[in-house]
Amino acid sequence: MNILVQGGRVVDPAAGTDEIRDIYVSDGRITTADDFHADRIIDAAGMTIIPGLIDAHCHLREPGFEYREDIVSGTRSAAKGGFTTVACMPNTSPVVDNTAVVEFIVNKAREKGYCRVLPIGAATKGQKGKELAEIGLMSEAGIVAISDDGSPIERADMMRKAMLYANQFDLKVISHCEEMSIAEGHMNEGIVSLELGLRGIPAVAEEIMVSRDIILAEYLKLPIHLAHLSTARSIDMVRQAKARGVKVTCETCPHYFTLTEEACRGFNTMAKMNPPLRPEADRQAIIAGLADGTIDIIATDHAPHHSDEKDLEFGLANNGIVGFETAFALGYTWLVRGGHLSLAELLSKMTSGPAALFGLGEQKLEPGYPADLVIADLDTSYVFDRDKIAGKARNTPYHGFELFGRVLTTIQGGKIRYEA
Amino acid sequence: MHLSSKDLLGMKELSATEIELILNTADTMKLVLDANSKKTAHLQGKSVITLFYENSTRTRLSFEMASKFMGASSANISASGSSIKKGESLIDTAKTIDSMATDIIIMRHQQSGAPHLIASRINASVINAGDGMNEHPTQALLDMMTMRRHKGTLEGLKVAIIGDLLHSRVARSNLWGLTKMGAEVRLAGPATMVPPGLDQTPAVWCPTVQDAVSDADVVMGLRVQLERQQSGLFPSISEYARFFAIDEKTLSLAKPDALLMHPGPCNHGVEMPTAVYDSPQSVINEQVTNGVAVRMAVLYLLASRRNQA
Repeated sequence: MNILVQGGRVVDPAAGTDEIRDIYVSDGRITTADDFHADRIIDAAGMTIIPGLIDAHCHLREPGFEYREDIVSGTRSAAKGGFTTVACMPNTSPVVDNTAVVEFIVNKAREKGYCRVLPIGAATKGQKGKELAEIGLMSEAGIVAISDDGSPIERADMMRKAMLYANQFDLKVISHCEEMSIAEGHMNEGIVSLELGLRGIPAVAEEIMVSRDIILAEYLKLPIHLAHLSTARSIDMVRQAKARGVKVTCETCPHYFTLTEEACRGFNTMAKMNPPLRPEADRQAIIAGLADGTIDIIATDHAPHHSDEKDLEFGLANNGIVGFETAFALGYTWLVRGGHLSLAELLSKMTSGPAALFGLGEQKLEPGYPADLVIADLDTSYVFDRDKIAGKARNTPYHGFELFGRVLTTIQGGKIRYEA
Repeated sequence: MHLSSKDLLGMKELSATEIELILNTADTMKLVLDANSKKTAHLQGKSVITLFYENSTRTRLSFEMASKFMGASSANISASGSSIKKGESLIDTAKTIDSMATDIIIMRHQQSGAPHLIASRINASVINAGDGMNEHPTQALLDMMTMRRHKGTLEGLKVAIIGDLLHSRVARSNLWGLTKMGAEVRLAGPATMVPPGLDQTPAVWCPTVQDAVSDADVVMGLRVQLERQQSGLFPSISEYARFFAIDEKTLSLAKPDALLMHPGPCNHGVEMPTAVYDSPQSVINEQVTNGVAVRMAVLYLLASRRNQA
């Protein structure tokens, strides 16, 4: 199908352009006006065209936890949020630690998915931190990085082996930074945890591992990517390491720049996540890290859970929130409208940042490139409604929030994957 | 005067005026306890259920006696003898009890916030009888009642609370309640058992038990669960007793008429020696009596609020 997207403001951070122009889509790619016959014309006047978003960190739950989400529902939700590519974490059941599971995900996504799915393989077998997973074989099958996300690699020796071996296959290690022995809690440790009588997870639980991983990366002269950073000191350590030339990159998630530990009050399990929401000073430091380029990527950490796993006593509820359908709007509302980032900077952290992490190559809104693009309305606010989420799960703390940056249409591989 | 909420979830949720209302009502209820015929009709026709997910002797019995004295129909559910063991969710259990025309559910649960979770989903009033490390409001109320009866007022009282502050819902409830009423709360115990964030509360942290007790009007020991030693929070029972017990010498640093309190059950020789427990300054048994009066007051106030609604 040939699609003409007409009259929109095209913001393309990779090309460094921001102009009103038409986009011609044919055969899965962006093309030129020459000999173009549109089967479908989308009037995008007054709207903004941005590159398809890439999520560096999500949980699609299939195989094993399809009651929470599956590849079809998860990618449908991703497309609704403007994502054309998502990288899914390996903590499924069975764990993505062998080629069979990788191939299952790749094939299922190709046949039935609403966007491109790039699996991240486990670093160690069963994510148990004991033996390396078959990283090379999984690389051939299509993984784009390795990670034991959800269960940190406890032993420094194992982390070193994972970094050395993954590098041989041009893969980066994504580290979930958490020193478990000091992290046995349910929310950030501080005045709010004291007031709620909940066990706290101190910021240092994250920071101790951030520090270890940076030191290892520096020693080995190898890259490391730090997942979902949430504290001021973590950002500071990355900033200093980058200045020294350490090959460290990092990501944060929208909840760490929009919410604080205060959201846990009233034992609100929708605000329960790992790492936990932090105090205001950390939130400010995350924004500063995004603004000065210390933080390379904004990832969703989309973590769907069934209501039975959230509608519980705070200490028993699962960690995590869904994120696909709020990520761009939260970034746009808080960071761009908040005056901290330009739209192009926000987009870089949701497109070229993750593309670089996975070695995906350049993506531009220009002829010859794959037609992965999103039409968004940046000027009209809307109220986010969890009951309209396209995925299976409803675990979001943003129900009822007034946001800007609604996705109207998502085109991936030249096909319309979502349309409001 | 009525309580503003249908539930009693914690001292955090009560205003100073409401605390005063409960304490005044409890003073009246105490007259019933002291009378020959311990019977009122305040809860006639009301149904009260105790739902205990944790073991308890005195709190549960105290609530049971309180509701019986006031004529309620009452029943008890404990974690071992119900669908709880079959894995029923807390919300389902609460809704089931609520559907049996229950007026008041008294709940103890090992998870902080468990009573808050059910309170918003059911019609019955919920009384928190202890939730995790969060609160135990009726314990704080009976402690405050005891202090007030002896000292006349809570305003300006220096209250030293000693022991495992990290895990203690009694300490937290007393901290929130007493500071609301204008008392000065001093805390001491092993540094490993101090909840982080304490510096942002109105409490005064004292590095030694002696510092906390000096010139105090009230000295309160907290129960130490002896198995905490195995998780590395203190080296040994004897070392705990050496540095953190309220012994006679320490107690002598307090005001001469200072009250000695303990929520019970007490580990004699750990939190305090038996001689201190049994000393003339000890009001530990009176706390238990006042506990019944406070629970009668709370049940009465919540029930009469239901009648109004």
